[in-house]
Amino acid sequence: MKNEGETAEQPDNTAFTQQRLPAWQPILSAGIVIPGFLLIGLAFIGIGVGLFLTSQTITVLEMDYTGVEKDEPCFGCTIPNIQNCTCEVQFSLSTLFKGPVFFYYGLSNYFQNFRKYGVSKDYYQLTGDTQYFTSPQDSCSPFAYDSKKIPIVPCGAIANSMFNDTFKLYQLINGTKKQVPFDGKGISWWTDYNIKYRNPSPVNGSFVNAFSGTRNPINWPKPVYELDLTDQNNNGFLNQDFLVWMRRAALPDFRKLYRRITQGDYAEGLPAGNYSLTVHYNYPVLSFDGRKKVVFSNVSWMGGKNDFLGIAYLVVGSLCVVMSVVMLIVYAKFKFSDDDDM
Amino acid sequence: MTFLVRDARLLALVTFHRRRMQCFCQETGVTTADCELPACTGEESWVDSRTVYIGHKEPPPGAEAYIPQRFPDNRIVSSKYTFWNFIPKNLFEQFRRIANFYFLIIFLVQLIIDTPTSPMTSGLPLFFVITVTAIKQGYEDWIRHRADNSINQCPVHVIQHGKVVRKQSQKLRVGDIVQVKEDETFPCDLILLSTSREDGTCFVTTASLDGESSHKTYYAVQDTKAFNTAEEVDTLHATIECEQPQPDLYKFVGRINIYLDRDEPIARPLGSENLLLRGATLKNTEYIHAVAIYTGMETKMALNYQSKSQKRSAVEKSMNAYLIVYLCILISKALINTLLKYVWQADPNRDEPWYNEKTETERQRHVLIRAFTDFLAFMVLFNYIIPVSMYVTVEMQKFLGSYFILWDDDMFDEELGERPLVNTSDLNEELGQVEYVFTDKTGTLTENNMELRECCVDGHIYVPHAICNGQILPGAAGMDMIDSSPGIDGKEREELFFRALCLCHTVQVKEEETVDGIKRGIHQGKSTSFYISSSPDEVALVEGMKRQDTCIHTLRVINMHSHYLIVLLGFTYLRLKDSHMEILNREDEMERFELLEVLNFDSVRRRMSVIVRSSSGEYYLFCKGADSSVFPRVVSGKVEQVRARVEHNAVEGLRTLCVAYKKLTHEEYEETCRLLNSAKLALQERDKKLSEAYDVIEKDFILLGATAVEDRLQDKAADTIESLHKAGMKVWVLTGDKMETAAATCYASKLFHRNTQILELTTKRTEEQSLHDVLFDLSRTVLRHHGSMTRDTFSGLSGDFHDYGLIIDGATLSAVLKPTQDGNSNGGNYKEIFLEICRNCSAVLCCRMAPLQKAQIVKLIKASKEHPITLAIGDGANDVSMILEAHVGIGIMGKEGRQAARNSDYAITKFKHLKKMLLVHGHYYYIRIAELVQYFFYKNVCFIFPQFLYQFFCGFSQQPLYDTAYLTLYNISFTSLPILLYSLMEQHINMDILKRDPSLYRDIAKNSLLRWPTFIYWTFLGLFDAVVFFFGAFFLFDNTTFTSNGQLMATNTQMMFGNWTFGTLVFTILVFTVTLKLALDTHYWTWINHFVIWGSLLFYVIFSLLWGGIIWPFLNYQRMYYVFMQMLSSGPAWLSIILLIIVSLLPDVVKKVLCRALWPTTTERIQDADKLYKGHLSEFTPLSSLHAPPVRKHDRRGNESQNHTHRRSDSSPPKKLMRTYWGSKPDYCTFSSFLRIGENPRFSGAAYAYSTPGPETSNKLVLPLCKPVNEEHSIGCDCLCPIAFSHDESQPGLHGCRPRRKPLLKMMHKKARKQFAEDKQTKDMDYWNHVLWSDETKINLFGSDGVKRVWRQPGKQTQEGDLGWRQLWILHAQLVPHKETGDGVGMFALRGCLRVLLSPATSSLSKIRTWPGGLGNIGQPLADVRLSFVADFAVAAPQDKTVARGAPATER
Repeated sequence: MKNEGETAEQPDNTAFTQQRLPAWQPILSAGIVIPGFLLIGLAFIGIGVGLFLTSQTITVLEMDYTGVEKDEPCFGCTIPNIQNCTCEVQFSLSTLFKGPVFFYYGLSNYFQNFRKYGVSKDYYQLTGDTQYFTSPQDSCSPFAYDSKKIPIVPCGAIANSMFNDTFKLYQLINGTKKQVPFDGKGISWWTDYNIKYRNPSPVNGSFVNAFSGTRNPINWPKPVYELDLTDQNNNGFLNQDFLVWMRRAALPDFRKLYRRITQGDYAEGLPAGNYSLTVHYNYPVLSFDGRKKVVFSNVSWMGGKNDFLGIAYLVVGSLCVVMSVVMLIVYAKFKFSDDDDM
Repeated sequence: MTFLVRDARLLALVTFHRRRMQCFCQETGVTTADCELPACTGEESWVDSRTVYIGHKEPPPGAEAYIPQRFPDNRIVSSKYTFWNFIPKNLFEQFRRIANFYFLIIFLVQLIIDTPTSPMTSGLPLFFVITVTAIKQGYEDWIRHRADNSINQCPVHVIQHGKVVRKQSQKLRVGDIVQVKEDETFPCDLILLSTSREDGTCFVTTASLDGESSHKTYYAVQDTKAFNTAEEVDTLHATIECEQPQPDLYKFVGRINIYLDRDEPIARPLGSENLLLRGATLKNTEYIHAVAIYTGMETKMALNYQSKSQKRSAVEKSMNAYLIVYLCILISKALINTLLKYVWQADPNRDEPWYNEKTETERQRHVLIRAFTDFLAFMVLFNYIIPVSMYVTVEMQKFLGSYFILWDDDMFDEELGERPLVNTSDLNEELGQVEYVFTDKTGTLTENNMELRECCVDGHIYVPHAICNGQILPGAAGMDMIDSSPGIDGKEREELFFRALCLCHTVQVKEEETVDGIKRGIHQGKSTSFYISSSPDEVALVEGMKRQDTCIHTLRVINMHSHYLIVLLGFTYLRLKDSHMEILNREDEMERFELLEVLNFDSVRRRMSVIVRSSSGEYYLFCKGADSSVFPRVVSGKVEQVRARVEHNAVEGLRTLCVAYKKLTHEEYEETCRLLNSAKLALQERDKKLSEAYDVIEKDFILLGATAVEDRLQDKAADTIESLHKAGMKVWVLTGDKMETAAATCYASKLFHRNTQILELTTKRTEEQSLHDVLFDLSRTVLRHHGSMTRDTFSGLSGDFHDYGLIIDGATLSAVLKPTQDGNSNGGNYKEIFLEICRNCSAVLCCRMAPLQKAQIVKLIKASKEHPITLAIGDGANDVSMILEAHVGIGIMGKEGRQAARNSDYAITKFKHLKKMLLVHGHYYYIRIAELVQYFFYKNVCFIFPQFLYQFFCGFSQQPLYDTAYLTLYNISFTSLPILLYSLMEQHINMDILKRDPSLYRDIAKNSLLRWPTFIYWTFLGLFDAVVFFFGAFFLFDNTTFTSNGQLMATNTQMMFGNWTFGTLVFTILVFTVTLKLALDTHYWTWINHFVIWGSLLFYVIFSLLWGGIIWPFLNYQRMYYVFMQMLSSGPAWLSIILLIIVSLLPDVVKKVLCRALWPTTTERIQDADKLYKGHLSEFTPLSSLHAPPVRKHDRRGNESQNHTHRRSDSSPPKKLMRTYWGSKPDYCTFSSFLRIGENPRFSGAAYAYSTPGPETSNKLVLPLCKPVNEEHSIGCDCLCPIAFSHDESQPGLHGCRPRRKPLLKMMHKKARKQFAEDKQTKDMDYWNHVLWSDETKINLFGSDGVKRVWRQPGKQTQEGDLGWRQLWILHAQLVPHKETGDGVGMFALRGCLRVLLSPATSSLSKIRTWPGGLGNIGQPLADVRLSFVADFAVAAPQDKTVARGAPATER
């Protein structure tokens, strides 16, 4: 018999203290895994086929316009120190390029993911905090002040290196150029445009006055408040092109959305025919062996053209099926020999 | 003259040994854990002395120069820190740990240089860890401070100027005279001056020091004991010279110089019997006066506070090895990246493209500095590969995990009300790695509960025999007879013998009823005194002599004619009073003997003596000791008869002591006194001089006789040892006992089996042959056998074959270990040969061991080339050295004080708990921590390797892939709890199975889950997963329009994803994969596991939504804003997350399934089987069938071993279960291990199949019997199984040679079982009363589980003779209506059983015999369970008669 003292010494005899909690004890045995693999495999193959077929319906037209070779249309613009160079890239579509068509520019061998480059911006400037206009953060250097110690807004390497080629697309109909309307709205993240980035509040009723005492980034021909003079909602830090640029790409070869073609006659897509793309060639890439290109693409429910996902699903799916068969053979053999043993 | 002699001497030896080791350490410059004692004091030399002036009085001029010495005050400081130094000291302590230091360095680097990640990422976790540890340590220290204060401020009474003054304890000074009252604790180390008792003694318990609750007597200095009042004491003028404080509790050497009126001071020796230690408590004495000699931190208690050495587990060592590998990986990663960066940047346009210009200062910086900074930056970027949280998790796992031992109800001791103790949690997993078990015998394997079995006086055997109410209680049955009844001379001798036993001891009489709950009243409360001694043997002897009131305690003398001569015993030791021992003789007369000297017991002499003077003025010297130490000193007496009897008793497993005496003349006594006094007065080398004196005094004895004391085996000791053996552990018994006794215990405890070939390496053998030859002989024997075996057998650990047992004694051992002087080549090899022999022996018995040698053996094995993990278990102070030496030290909280328990890593109450501790807890701890360590490294490879790969695509610019929050929280919160909980909860196999099948322990032996191949597998798995994550995401992003679809607000827009989305995608896959990987590894899903695993995934998602959903005002970037949501809004992201998780997990799953199918381990087989039976495996199946196929061996043991064992088969018929019978006698020991039926009286009953050995009878009886699962249930019908008997031999020819390789049960069987169970579910009570219940599911008669072959002519049926004879004992209770006839229900049930069990081979049973009530003679354990009858039958039994002897019918 236990007395009081002993029971006090004894902790509760619970399932937990005795390590006897009720438990589910699954075991990865062949009996579960083989059908499991088969199911996963079949499901993956199904998804893979779906993805692959979807990916096949997407049309992508990609054109490098860097002008490295002499016969390329933009070769002439690659000469250093040339100003306001324009070149024209011609292409033709044999069938309708189904819309909505997305128009991208692409850069390769361009490291937006350099660490120093990545931190070279001032978040507070971009939220419209005018205090930081006059004294940008250190992270922006050497693009914080110009040689005359005038602060730069927006400061930093990212803003300074904003892509500034501009494009115009014309359809050539019987020798006449018909401009294809571009839609530049909503190409950036909704949250970037609506929440994260803010223009400074107007000083003395003028938005421009807020920028007094600062200068535009060195590589920019015009200040940030003149990025889009036509549409005040697309101006300043809220310029969609600027926002797109400010979201750094993950890898050195990247595309960024430039415009969408959703309006007018081209809402259904680009009809078959000849087109001419006029490029205002400003952005130097040859110095670091980079390339520039333009891409037309349409999208599906799963985004842009991406064969990888479909193929990966197919490969993994079939691998699963193969593995399940292999395991079945192994298991059967093992079991068989075992039965023989009995 | 303390009563602690035995322990004290042993401990002295231990400490001595440790000190020597320390000296060695200091000389060689090795700083090991052993080097912890404060000073290297040299062997026995007198180091330094202090002079204490009692009462701070100067000695009279001219006597001695007065040199006031400064001593510390009596303040006890156990705290580590003070308020002021806490922060710096604690920080210093913490950063001394290499891991903390590493993280500190990383943190500092992050602060100093411009690094990719913010210092927060490593600073925050580090800060957290440091703070938590500091708070914990601070709290502990605060508690210590409080305790110190309460001790330091408690009042003490000091005598100043003849008055008693109250003082705070901390203000006590050396030389103060202190008055201590009853039940007070001594405030410092004191020299006893006088007591309230006139004889100058006081009683003290040292329970708080060494756990011994017995009262020890301390003596005042003879010349000062008269100074009794405060005034008198104040007049005392004396100085004390004594050694400087030493930590040894039981050693003290000093001298008191008392200045009386004369010029010449009186010098008196002071020993430990005069020294009252701080921490001890005064008992049974009104007050004492004593002088303080050691105060404060110099008291022996404080000196013993030194923390024990830190033991590190094997897992920790491999963890550190992995850590170094990972550190190398980390450094090489950083180096590679730095190198590549500069190779890649050779092109200036890459180094500094126009869009990413450097600042002027950056350009100016020297390239080497830049490279170095880059290197550091890469280090910082990849530092997470060694996570700070791993240490925290491991510590928490160990700390929390150790509670499962504490909580375990199976290890709770109801008798003592004690739970196991966990003194260190660092070694939990080491319990799963033990390869060698070193166990003490007395008190560990045995109960240390001594009972006098017999005395042998001059060759006459006396058996204690209690006669109660005129009835002879059943005691021993058969007795040998040696001599005719003693004559007149014999009678005198007899009385002298009994007197000797009553006088020659250090037993103390305790007058109170209880001491710590142990009651040992003489008789039913009538007398309230009982005996206490540090040696249980002595108590047994003295108690055995005692006469009792109603039960007349007698000795039965058995003479030639089987005539019982009742000899009244009745010598009762009453008390020690005024140096007189009072005993009550047979005629109830008081005899008084003046106790003159006690020559204390020590383990070297192995004897003790007393010198007494009888009332008639005769001087006697009585000596009691081990036979080996007494016989050489005997000159007359019936040596041969006694020796024969002693040897016989030793073989029976009894502890024997010889008693001898000699008469001294007065002159001889004077001479003896002189010798002793001069030795005792010596300040230097007192021990040595004493032992020399003893040697001179103790000789020329007359032998009186011998005693035999029985020490019963502990409950389930044999079962435990057998389990340990099956688990692949080698069990060594290290004992101080003599060889025969120890060997008998070893047989009883199943350490040796009947078919164990015993190799002897004893003095007896080395006398005949040289040590060299013996060693080589033995190694040849062992190796020859070994060579003929294939290497893949269990290297001599189990099975019938080449099962060797080695017996070695202390003397031979020291000869083996002694480095030879002549330096020839053979000499040094002895150790190697010895080790080689030991390695091939499954069991080793080392007898006649000194404590020091025990530690030596452990050390020897530890240092052998496999570096096995050792475990030492013991209960006494003599085991402390061994416990401290072994990797895992386990103390048994036994009768010999708490020394062992205090010094151990774990303490348990019974030896049997070792089984659960190792097989279940150790196993679990090991697999848990192994997974924990591997998983931690794995998940960090997965974590960091993508970041490494990313450097190749970001121009080696140290761009982190993941956001700061993710980097910080990955190890802290996203993936920490699942693995912690896993490492606390995981049970890959059910507890019952682990306990039932010890061989599963082999699966994890030798650190098998943390070997390099496993580690490399995990690392590569991590690398593979990392590659999958990274390149999976890479190909989705690369050159494709991986975009967000269906923007949250505006529809049908396609947005580009940036680098943070890329990182978040990888991170999401990562968190899910590593968590699911753990889920795949979890075998035991309790609700906690579900909660934690799914909870932490959910937490990740919620955290990410929150982290990205809000503009956090305190951040100067909002790079994660809406990234996670945008990612989830993209269909391909979902698809790729699913795909990549599956791809990452795929190879591991495939590997697991294939390995499980193709090369299953035993563990996996049992898991599968357990799954089949839905967790009821433990009740049914013979697990051995699931094991990996054993290598088949059909050769029998060699004739040599047969002869060897037969040579020893000269034992007497069975009397006691624990005794053993060598040779062909039935092995009753089996019973004791199976007997658990007492737990359930209602269904107590057991069926055992039984067989004797014989070369051709290797028949396997498998009795998967039923066992009430829950003993509490009145009807334990949740377990039902058919009784089956495997009987392969019934068919002609050689069949069934191939062992089974898979579970016996198929679907069909399971259905049948279900049916069986369903049938039984509705049965009523009456039905169940007819069922035979039994314990144990399987009984191997002997030998392995493998199938045995029997030689038969072709076409001939199995003859019973082929099988030898069998014996079945069925014991059941409450089944028999007619005891007389043995018929009725019980018999019916029995017959039914037999039919099932033994058909068809036993269809012709030659006879079935029953003995109603015949169990009384099988022994005490069986009698306890109220068994009704035994059935014994034999088949074709030529040896039938021997069988019958097993259970002779004895009428009540």
